[in-house]
Amino acid sequence: MLGFFLNALVLFFSFLLQTAIFPAVLPIHVYPNLLIIFTAALGFMKGENVGMVVGFFCGLLYDAFFGGVIGFHALLFLYVGFLNGKFYRVFYPEDLKLPLALITVSDLTYSLTCYVFLFLIWGKFDFPYYFLHVILPEMLVTLIATIIFYPLFLKMNEWLLHGKRKREH
Amino acid sequence: MSPIVKRKGERFTLPSKWLLFILTIVCTALMIFTFATDVFDKPFRSIVGYAVVPFEKGIGSVGKWFSGRKDELAQIRSLIKENTELKEQVARLTEENTLLQQDKYELNKLRQLFELDEQYEEYHKVGARIISRDSGNWYSAFVIDKGEKDGLKVDMNVIAGGGLVGRISAVGPNWARVTAIISDNANVSGMTLATEDHLIVSGSLKGMDEGVIYFSKLLDSKGAVNAGDKIVTSDVSDKFLPGILIGYIYTIADDNNNLTKSGTLIPAVDFEHLSEVLVITDQKQTIEE
Repeated sequence: MLGFFLNALVLFFSFLLQTAIFPAVLPIHVYPNLLIIFTAALGFMKGENVGMVVGFFCGLLYDAFFGGVIGFHALLFLYVGFLNGKFYRVFYPEDLKLPLALITVSDLTYSLTCYVFLFLIWGKFDFPYYFLHVILPEMLVTLIATIIFYPLFLKMNEWLLHGKRKREH
Repeated sequence: MSPIVKRKGERFTLPSKWLLFILTIVCTALMIFTFATDVFDKPFRSIVGYAVVPFEKGIGSVGKWFSGRKDELAQIRSLIKENTELKEQVARLTEENTLLQQDKYELNKLRQLFELDEQYEEYHKVGARIISRDSGNWYSAFVIDKGEKDGLKVDMNVIAGGGLVGRISAVGPNWARVTAIISDNANVSGMTLATEDHLIVSGSLKGMDEGVIYFSKLLDSKGAVNAGDKIVTSDVSDKFLPGILIGYIYTIADDNNNLTKSGTLIPAVDFEHLSEVLVITDQKQTIEE
């Protein structure tokens, strides 16, 4: 229960950070995708089910404010959480390479899907441009943000697990 | 085996395939729902609005305070220099102003004669502050701190600094989303102020990197439109009120078909440094079906 509330709080804070704080303080035009980091991280840390539910709510929150159709981003994030959950079995907290790779690939896939469904179908075919000016920069800043924020998510998760074990004993 | 696995001493756990299936259906249903009706849209957006917007407002004001202090320190030196220059300018402008005043009286008289509405000035406006930006990197949209309760509705026009910013594309009780005209999914019907030739202004990510907006389908058979001409919203636009300044033509070239022209224009609004906007609460008159 504690974990649920804490995760909801972190999700909420990530959204605020991404939409209100980053644009106010960072002197760049492309912002890291914290929601993807959060969804993917919980996916491979806690398994498919948690990843899916978290992804669903991340997407829903995004859709409420910025999505054209409610449900589109929810669906995307849902699958990001699910697919990352597939790596639950091979995930070790000590290893940083797998999370970095997974989150980067998740962000890339998310961006490509966005491009296809929001741009390509409207006849905007200049893929190299969008790739170099949106997808690639977003991937890089997300990678940097992962290095900063992922250890925090990991610490929180470990702390929660630790507390749970304590209570059970 | 039953699809719902129950282990000893544990709560129900739903197999992830089922959960995925259920949530996918939910998402698809939501999409179809919001596409077809707005029954679900409104309550959902208002609940989320009440949860998130107060925080964003707080963050906005804190951030504003910090950047304000920073700017103050940086600007003191340049302000002193500017001050002396400005004093000279004031003297010059006062003189100019008296001349213009006289012109204005004359203009007013002429306007009365022609019974022209002073359209632009007579729109009712509401000021609003930007509290958050689109967290994705694809579109140029932002959220402002006024909503339905302040009389805002979808499709109301948003201006800043005398130029067109965009229109409201979604509204909650205490917030509204503004889609900027530079956004990739925005098209505005415009016209040149001098010759009243119609054209289409299309926002794009690419153009904004170069600091311009693209326009196309300009039918200028006389060749009277030149770089530097003012572009305003046209009379025939069904979302935008007529006569709002969009920008100035920067480049113009013939299309391959030799009938129409296209090119770029420089927007009147500085989209990089936007913090407050004005929402015009008058809406374009539409024909009810």
